[in-house]
Amino acid sequence: MTESSDIAISLKRVTVRLGGRTILEDLDLDIPAGQVTAVMGPSGAGKTTVLRLVTGQLKPDSGEVWIGETRVDQLGGKALGRLRRNIGVLLQNGALFTDLTSFDNVALPLREHTRLSESLIRRIVLMKLEMVGLRGAAQLYPSELSGGMKRRVATARAMALDPGIMFYDEPFAGLDPISLGVSLRLIRDINAALGTTSVVITHDVREVAKLADHACIIADRKLVATGTPDELAASADPLVRQFMQGEPDGPVPFHYPARALDEELMRRGEGR
Amino acid sequence: MKSSHQIELTAGIFLLLAIAALVFLALHATDRGVVSGESYEVTARFSNVGGLTPRATVSMGGVAIGMVEAIELDPETFEARVTMRISRAYDNLPDDTSASILTSGILGDQYVGLEPGGSPEVLQDGDRILITSSAMVLEQLISRYMFNSEDGQGEE
Amino acid sequence: MSNATSHTGMTAPLRELGRAGLFLLTAFSRMRFGPRQLAEILRQVYFAGVRSLVIIVICGFFVGLVLTLQTYDTLTRFGAADAVSTVLALSLFRELGPVLAALLFAGRAGTSITAEIGLMRATEQLDALDLMAIDPMERIVQPRLLAGLIALPALVLIFNLTAIVGGIFFAVFLMGSDPISFWANMQSSVELMRDFGGGMFKSVCFGFVAAWLAVWFGWSARPTSEGVALATTQTVIATAIAVLVLDFILSAFML
Repeated sequence: MTESSDIAISLKRVTVRLGGRTILEDLDLDIPAGQVTAVMGPSGAGKTTVLRLVTGQLKPDSGEVWIGETRVDQLGGKALGRLRRNIGVLLQNGALFTDLTSFDNVALPLREHTRLSESLIRRIVLMKLEMVGLRGAAQLYPSELSGGMKRRVATARAMALDPGIMFYDEPFAGLDPISLGVSLRLIRDINAALGTTSVVITHDVREVAKLADHACIIADRKLVATGTPDELAASADPLVRQFMQGEPDGPVPFHYPARALDEELMRRGEGR
Repeated sequence: MKSSHQIELTAGIFLLLAIAALVFLALHATDRGVVSGESYEVTARFSNVGGLTPRATVSMGGVAIGMVEAIELDPETFEARVTMRISRAYDNLPDDTSASILTSGILGDQYVGLEPGGSPEVLQDGDRILITSSAMVLEQLISRYMFNSEDGQGEE
Repeated sequence: MSNATSHTGMTAPLRELGRAGLFLLTAFSRMRFGPRQLAEILRQVYFAGVRSLVIIVICGFFVGLVLTLQTYDTLTRFGAADAVSTVLALSLFRELGPVLAALLFAGRAGTSITAEIGLMRATEQLDALDLMAIDPMERIVQPRLLAGLIALPALVLIFNLTAIVGGIFFAVFLMGSDPISFWANMQSSVELMRDFGGGMFKSVCFGFVAAWLAVWFGWSARPTSEGVALATTQTVIATAIAVLVLDFILSAFML
């Protein structure tokens, strides 16, 4: 394990069970500070669960969740609120408030958590919107924006308070190639300009190669591999290779822990 | 979408309208009761109160000056004791004022009508009105008429 | 919160009631007032109240009209047409105003509150608030609860007023009753605290219950379009039942 000062987020032997199903088991995960880290894995592998653990929305059944020197899973109430102000989250579809304009959406966290004057808030909001290229859309309502633009406004809202950590939950899902390029550049820009720790939750292997400094793969309830995208691409591990190459036929059960198909078929044959 | 200023303004107008409706209905559609300010109590005994109910009007010369507070049966004399609350504005009623239970119209509500006497003394809080006349009960009137009986002068 | 509990067995409605009650307690325990909160309440008064105004005024007018028509017809048979304003005012203030306005409120404002909060849940807006360290209870739930508490009594007052206007329209303009005796009869038979005040107390209670149920069904809706549609239906049904049951209980206590 590296020095703790280089590690922004750390999950230690975390186990999560939901509704009788084990989502994560003894997961150890370190996310380096100031870099773009991709958390990858097949659908339903618990990537979003990692996000909910780090923001304190979900408490682990066992194990520890650390952000810097703070233990998240033991926080409550006000302390958790303070912690969340330092985390910006872009949810899958942006989750903008439909009854507020783009401007008011971005201004909301500022008005709620700071005592800045309205003119100062206006400047900050316009700067954030400028950063995502949507200053011209400040007075538009979310219903007047395209899906990609909504996510950009939501990105501006997520970084309104200049958080130390930014989470992007499936930022590329359902985007056209142009919006995708915009999103990729935006995540890099924000990371470079603000020095934030960025965590991108995705199953999009090709985009990760262009974007991330660091990547890890969660599958089968635990961390399977970690390293730079190049390292992962060059990995000899058949499981990692299967995922990185997107091979449909691989050695490891990615989908759900299950008996081998032929074994199951044999059993049914026996039962008859 | 309306701007937030317009929304707040409209909501304000709406609430103002509701308050206006409240004031209007409270003032013009309801009986605030004659006795809203200071008042004093007097009692009177009747052999029969008929259909008199609590909160019935107490009036003098047709003007409402108070209301009936309570009606109880005196356990010793078996008379009905009517407690009336009269507005302080009329605190100079003579102490020989008489009270009778009357009906407004043929089928209307029953009320207590006061008739001033000539005494220089005035009724005080808690005083009792001595001269009373009971309610006319329709059956008694009819039977008196039919049998031309001589008992029951109406006054007790 | 709890959307995925199976609704089986006899205890399901009771558990639902318990959850709705805990939800209400949580909402009130985190009550906070500030200028921004008051502005938000006023905004919600607009959405719940002003937007229900048209239906309230139209229905109020016709309720007054038909009520007067029916009682006028009945009372003239007994030669007591004068009492029409008494019947109108008493039945409006004590029962019809609060109950009918609450039912209309559930249909107009209650459903839109439920749908709005349900959609916020479905589109992760409530999660987003939570992640921004903004309490959705304080930001979304409380203003709507308090707005219902304010808006319904206001609507009841306007409903009663328009219904009396409807009654006057029928009795005075169509039937030629004397407007002065119309008012005088009403005034002498309606008691401020007991009849009028009692009705207003009822409407505050109904406003509270209607807003609570609307917010709760939105909050607990399954985050899908079917879930939101179901929740709006449930809001109307539950509010109608709750208002009528509560009306009986309150009336029994007040008489």
